[in-house]
Amino acid sequence: MASSSNLINALFIFVLAGFIGFEVIRRVSPLLHTPLMSLTNALDAIAVVGAIVLVGEHKSSLSAALGFIAVIAATSNIVGGFMITDRMLKMFKSSRPAAKP
Amino acid sequence: MTAELAGNQVFIEILYLVASVLFILSLKWMSSPTTARHGIWAGEIGMLLAICGTLLHHGIIDYRLIAIGLVLGTIIGVPLGRVAMTAVPQRTALSHTFGALCVTLVGSAEFYLRSPDISPFMMAVLSIEVILGGLTVTGSLMAAGKLQEILPQRPLTYKGQNFVNFLLLAVAIGIAVFLVLHPGARNLFPFMILIALAFGVLLIIPIGGADMPTVISLLNSYAGLSAAAMGFVLNSKLLIIAGALDGSSGMVLSIIMSKAMNRSFTNVLFGAFGQVQASAAGAQEERPVRRATAEEAAAILSAANKVIVVPGYGMAVAQAQHKVRELYDSLTKRGVEVRFAIHPVAGRMPGHMNVLLAEADIPYDRLIEMDEINGDFPQTDVALVIGANDVTNPAARTDASSPIYGMPILDVDKAHTVMVIKRSMNPGFAGIENPLYYLDNTLMLFGDAKAFVGSIVRELGGAHG
Repeated sequence: MASSSNLINALFIFVLAGFIGFEVIRRVSPLLHTPLMSLTNALDAIAVVGAIVLVGEHKSSLSAALGFIAVIAATSNIVGGFMITDRMLKMFKSSRPAAKP
Repeated sequence: MTAELAGNQVFIEILYLVASVLFILSLKWMSSPTTARHGIWAGEIGMLLAICGTLLHHGIIDYRLIAIGLVLGTIIGVPLGRVAMTAVPQRTALSHTFGALCVTLVGSAEFYLRSPDISPFMMAVLSIEVILGGLTVTGSLMAAGKLQEILPQRPLTYKGQNFVNFLLLAVAIGIAVFLVLHPGARNLFPFMILIALAFGVLLIIPIGGADMPTVISLLNSYAGLSAAAMGFVLNSKLLIIAGALDGSSGMVLSIIMSKAMNRSFTNVLFGAFGQVQASAAGAQEERPVRRATAEEAAAILSAANKVIVVPGYGMAVAQAQHKVRELYDSLTKRGVEVRFAIHPVAGRMPGHMNVLLAEADIPYDRLIEMDEINGDFPQTDVALVIGANDVTNPAARTDASSPIYGMPILDVDKAHTVMVIKRSMNPGFAGIENPLYYLDNTLMLFGDAKAFVGSIVRELGGAHG
């Protein structure tokens, strides 16, 4: 499965995605660095897909058990990460529309 | 090669591709507060597509256990999404722990499923995955403990600390190399993980509270890179992309944070900042300072045209941000231009101060970053420093012997009048004497930040009505 062409493909993807990451993140306003980190955290929890396959395929009880804990850990990051990012971003308001009386 | 993929498999890969694009858009939209919430939706939709796609995977036979895991994860995740804004740094550190835990567990499971039939390259990546993952699990847990103040914030150092750390890392890498050559050595694998876990603890022990913004960013990067390594192991392009995005995001933030503290990565990890300064703070002399009352402060503020507030973490500790908002409202109503100067390391993680002020309903276009506002201090009537210390220390510009010499600071001393709200003359978090307090244009307002700002607001209201 891990042929050398797969490896080269994977390296290409990794390096290119890293570049996109650097360029995109550099443009993020410093205002939003905290929500940025909680958002990337939630996105990173996409690792849950690997854990889901481990649990679902149930190839051994060890792999299913480790996968099960991994699913819980990653899911808590997805749910918590998106929730807190949303809460934070809702708080950012501009002074332009209406100044408080 | 692609011809071998079943139709179902092609569909799943396309869902993953769409998810990858949505993830990149999600980060792109974070560039401005006006589009940022689209970013969350893009991320959520991408995540949903990816998970649904994975559930279609033909090898999956047991859906019950997956469902239980998803539900339990949600039950843990919801309270973590509802913590107070002051607790966001430790929540973030904890979520790095969870992310890395997932990666480490999946890596371990893959090892035992495949061993001894693992190619050298695959074993090398798997080792990187579990070593980076393992040290992030315990390292982030330690960071969360320090931020939550369960663990002591000051750096714990001992002689030969760096040597011990390097030795541990070397042993872990040694085991990894052995496993690359002999992937059937199943008994050695747990030792590699145990050493990585121990290394994570020892790595964070010598790091002081003031360096937490850099450390959190660095651990964020490690969590991302370990996930990318997991993507190599599972041959999942989506995971490689998400991991690379997270890894580079953490790296960019670490670089910004280190620059803001004028430190190199190696210095943060191996320096134990607090130690150096304790000795530097030794030589102190009693010097006169000028004091002012809330009444005097209110009179000066109301006569000003331009005011810049410099908030520090001390303001958040005193829970003064809502009183500061009242002050902002009151002065703005009188036609005073009030802005907030945000140092990159104000607060306990990158951008933390902005969130704390936004929570208090201060509009985000009033929050100005350091490089943008520093040129305006000479034309500013009053700089009001609340709970900030080292980031206003002019010694960073002038005194080559100061431990913070070279660190970029907010040039508050150039304002016509500087007012500093402070409990006492004790040196701050890092223990460095601040010459700002003895300048002729500086007025010291001694007291609790919340109470003092509250009485200024009352004085302003009284003078008005």
